[in-house]
Formats: sequence, C-alpha cells, structure tokens
Amino acid sequence: MTFDLINSLYVFMLAGFIGFEVIRRVSPLLHTPLMSLTNALDAIAVVGAIVIAGEAKTTFSTVLGTIAIVAAMSNVVGGFLITDRMLRMFKSTKTKKS
Amino acid sequence: MSPTATQHIIEVCYLVATALFILALKWLSAPSTARRGVLAGEIGMALAIGGTLFHHGIVEYKWILIALVLGTIIGVPLGMVQMTAVPQRTALSHACGALCVTLVGTAEFYLRAPDVPKFMMAVLSMEVILGGLTFTGSLMAAGKLQEVLPQRPITYKGQNFVNLSLLAISILVAARLVLHPDEKMLFPLIIGIPLIFGVMMIIPIGGADMPTVISLLNSYAGLSAAAMGFVLDSKLLIIAGALDGSSGFILSVIMSKAMNRSFSNVLFGAFGQVQTSAGAAKEERPVHSATAEEAAGILAAANSVVIVPGYGMAVAQAQHKVRELFDALTKKGIDVKFGIHPVAGRMPGHMNVLLAEADIPYDRLLDMDSINPDFPQTDVVLIIGANDVTNPAARTDQSSPIYGMPILDVDKARTVMVIKRSMNPGFAGIDNPLYYFDKTLMLFGDAKGFVGDIVREITGGGH
Repeated sequence: MTFDLINSLYVFMLAGFIGFEVIRRVSPLLHTPLMSLTNALDAIAVVGAIVIAGEAKTTFSTVLGTIAIVAAMSNVVGGFLITDRMLRMFKSTKTKKS
Repeated sequence: MSPTATQHIIEVCYLVATALFILALKWLSAPSTARRGVLAGEIGMALAIGGTLFHHGIVEYKWILIALVLGTIIGVPLGMVQMTAVPQRTALSHACGALCVTLVGTAEFYLRAPDVPKFMMAVLSMEVILGGLTFTGSLMAAGKLQEVLPQRPITYKGQNFVNLSLLAISILVAARLVLHPDEKMLFPLIIGIPLIFGVMMIIPIGGADMPTVISLLNSYAGLSAAAMGFVLDSKLLIIAGALDGSSGFILSVIMSKAMNRSFSNVLFGAFGQVQTSAGAAKEERPVHSATAEEAAGILAAANSVVIVPGYGMAVAQAQHKVRELFDALTKKGIDVKFGIHPVAGRMPGHMNVLLAEADIPYDRLLDMDSINPDFPQTDVVLIIGANDVTNPAARTDQSSPIYGMPILDVDKARTVMVIKRSMNPGFAGIDNPLYYFDKTLMLFGDAKGFVGDIVREITGGGH
C-alpha cells in the first residue's frame, strides 16, 4: 500500500473547502437533518473496518474489525433512516394544501 | 477477473460514491431537494460497501456478514426514535462512529507495529485520540440528554488544568510513539487517556450548551475519520471525514456565535459554568399574570402573532398542542409565524424538526435574522419554554453573563406572553427583566396544558 502523503493532504484540503462552501448554504431549518446525514456519510469508515475484519490477519484485529463494522453499520442504517423520516415531515404551506 | 481489474472497479465505485456524497450535501440545502440528497447518500454508501466486499485482501466473509446484519438490526430502532429523542440519538451515533474509528486504528497499529512510518504514526495517534475522546464524550452527552446523568454542570477547582493536562499527556505519549513506534506498550495510553478526557470534558457542560457540544463532537468524529483515511490511504474516507468535519465546524461556529462565546472557548471544549452570581440579587418585583381565557382573547384579537419556542416546549411535548393553536389562529385569518433562535433546544435545528413533526409548514419557521425586523410590527409574541434567548439584558446590561448574546427582540412587540411553570430563573440562573415589563403577561402553568386551554377557549368561544 503506497502512502502518498502530499496527495492525501491536497485531497483533504480541497474536500474541506468543498464541505465548507456546500454546507454553508444549508438552511438553518435543516441543521438537525444535516447533522444526522453527515453522521451517516461519516460511517463510510465501515469500509476500513470491513477490510480489517476480512483480512483476518490476527484474531485481535478480526474481533476489533467486526465490532467496528457493527458500530458503523448501525450509523449507516440509523442515520439514513432518521434523516429521511425527518425530511418527510418538512412540508410547505403549498404542498400541505395540495 | 484479475486482482488489478477488481481493484480498478473498486476505485471507480469509491469515486462515484464520493461524488454522490458531495451531491447529497448539496441537495440538502433546500427542503424541496433534501430527500433526493438522502437517496444520493444511500446509493453512494451501497456502492462503497458493495465495492469493498470485492477487496482482494478479504479471505473470510463470515464475520463481515454477521456484523453487517447485526449493525443493521441495531440501526433500525436507532433510526425510528421519537423526534424529541433526536439529540441523544445524534450524540449516540457520534459515539458509534468514533468507536469504529478507534477500533480500526487500534487494529491497524498492532498489525503494523513496529514498522510504522513517522507520519503514519502521527495520523494514527490523531485518529485514536480524537476517536477515543469523541467516543466517551458523546456517550456522556447522550447520557445527559437522556437525563440518566445530571444535566447540571459539575465543576471543581483546577478543572481546566486537569483536562488540559490529560490532553497534553496523550499528545506527548503520541509524540514518543512517533519517534519510537516499537514501544507498543505506550499505545494503550493514547487510547485510555483520551477516553478519560472525553468524560472529563463533558462533566462541566450544562444542558443549554449542548447544541455547541454536539456540533463540536460531530466535527471531532469527522476529523478522526479523515485521519483514518490518511492511515488507510483512502481518498473516500478522507473526503467523507473532511465533509463531516467541516459540517460540525460550521455548526459549532454558528452555535458559539449565537451564544456569544469565543471560538477558542469552543475549540478547547472548556465551557465553564455560566456565572450564577448575577441572579443572586433577588427582589420581589410585581409581574402581570393572566389566565388562559384572557390570553385567548388577546391572541384572537391580534393581527399578527409570533410564537417563540424553546427547550421547555420539547420537554413538555407541547408541539402538537402548538400546532392546534397555529391552526385555530390561522383559521381566524391571523398571521402566525415562529421565531427560532439558533440555540433553542438541545441541538442545531431541534425546534424546526419538532415543529415540522407537528405538521407546521416550514415556511412559517423563521430564523433569528429573518424574524427580528418583524417584531416591532407584531401584535403578540407567545413564548413557550424559552428564556435566555429572549432576555433583553443581553442587549443592554453589561454586567449580565449573557451580555452580547444575540437575542430575539421579543420586547419590541406590542404584547408579550410567556408560558412558564413558575418565576424560577432558567437554567443559567439569570433573571429575565422581560417578565417585569408592563406589556408582559405571565401565563403560569405547564406548556402543553396551557396551550391546550388557550386552544379550547379560542375554538370553543367561536364567534
């Protein structure tokens, strides 16, 4: 596995700026769904856990990886589910009448 | 298929997932496109997980599948909680995310040690330190929000010193590990100390500071995931972590500005208790109180009403009664809006979600900057379970602990009505001069019951 530090730092910096610009535009109305959605997206850490658990190099790493998958997966499922439930509740005056 | 071809396919999956994640957040900017954003995020996540399952290094699928199923089983009830429980659920999910990152970091270290390059050891330390403190910190926050732990801040002498020392020690140990990655027995320290630090960090924090703290923990969780991306050399993780980190960062800045706290104060998580001494000089001053019948009469005679909800509304579960009031007044042709302070409730956007749940159209929910110019033309302001965010002392009284905090200018309206259980000062122990104004009417009682009584008076007395 190569360890390309400079490339990764560029990616991190650019993603930080994109995140800042995109999220700045989110209306305060939706700050709670924003937090639960970013939480679900952040659970992408599950891919790292899957590799650790699946490589099965030592019992220790397999156990840690497996627990990590459970923790992250509960965030993936719970996070998307609750975000969608919340967003379904937001209705405007127009859509309510129609 | 050859291993390199599979690897390319996985990379393409990750690339598409990254794009979908950014689109998900972009679409979240407006309620009309927000649900599309969730769908984009779900597809991206499915692609990323699906792709990873074809990773050439995976030799054993049994535990992965069991863990994925178990995580799903735990995730479903976490996604179905009551809307009033959303703040503690959010804190709990920060804890789960941080746990995953810390465990993976630990496994990585013991798989690689002692052969760990310096920079990788540095980010690995950052990953487990941030992950560890976020894990216990979020559990503590969830405990306080669920009220299994005392909500009131617990402080002791030298608290900031103890906390900063704990943090400093873990950073020193991490530095030692960077130079000597073969000293494996030091590694448990950079997990254990941050775990303790996480607990200590939340102990002095009271309920009203929770919006800032949750945002801050959100940011830490994101940064630790980004650090994990550096360790695993995964651009997908770096980007997702950076997005989450900047989201938490922006929300913390918004929350700290709304409470007039300095940003360094937020970064170090060193929130002292708001000084309670200011409320000490108590004197009996006369207040005007009114019954539900009188309040209903005043509301029914108004042309424009602004309702200001706070955490008290959430505690009393009064949002559905508030909707009935909204409907009753709107039916009479009265213009009803909601004025929502950024830190009302226990997490960013808390009030909006509760009111949306009660079926109040979101175009009636206005944030502080949009509603403040309207107060001078407003006939009646009805405050339900909010206190400090309406305190005019924040504008005028330099000795007040909340001086300089931006507030909702409710005192500029013609009549102010406050539903409150008693005259006891709120969480921060700060007296609110608003309650003694001539134009202010105190409605003493439980928020849910009182709003219900007002609704009955308005609809029952039908003209």
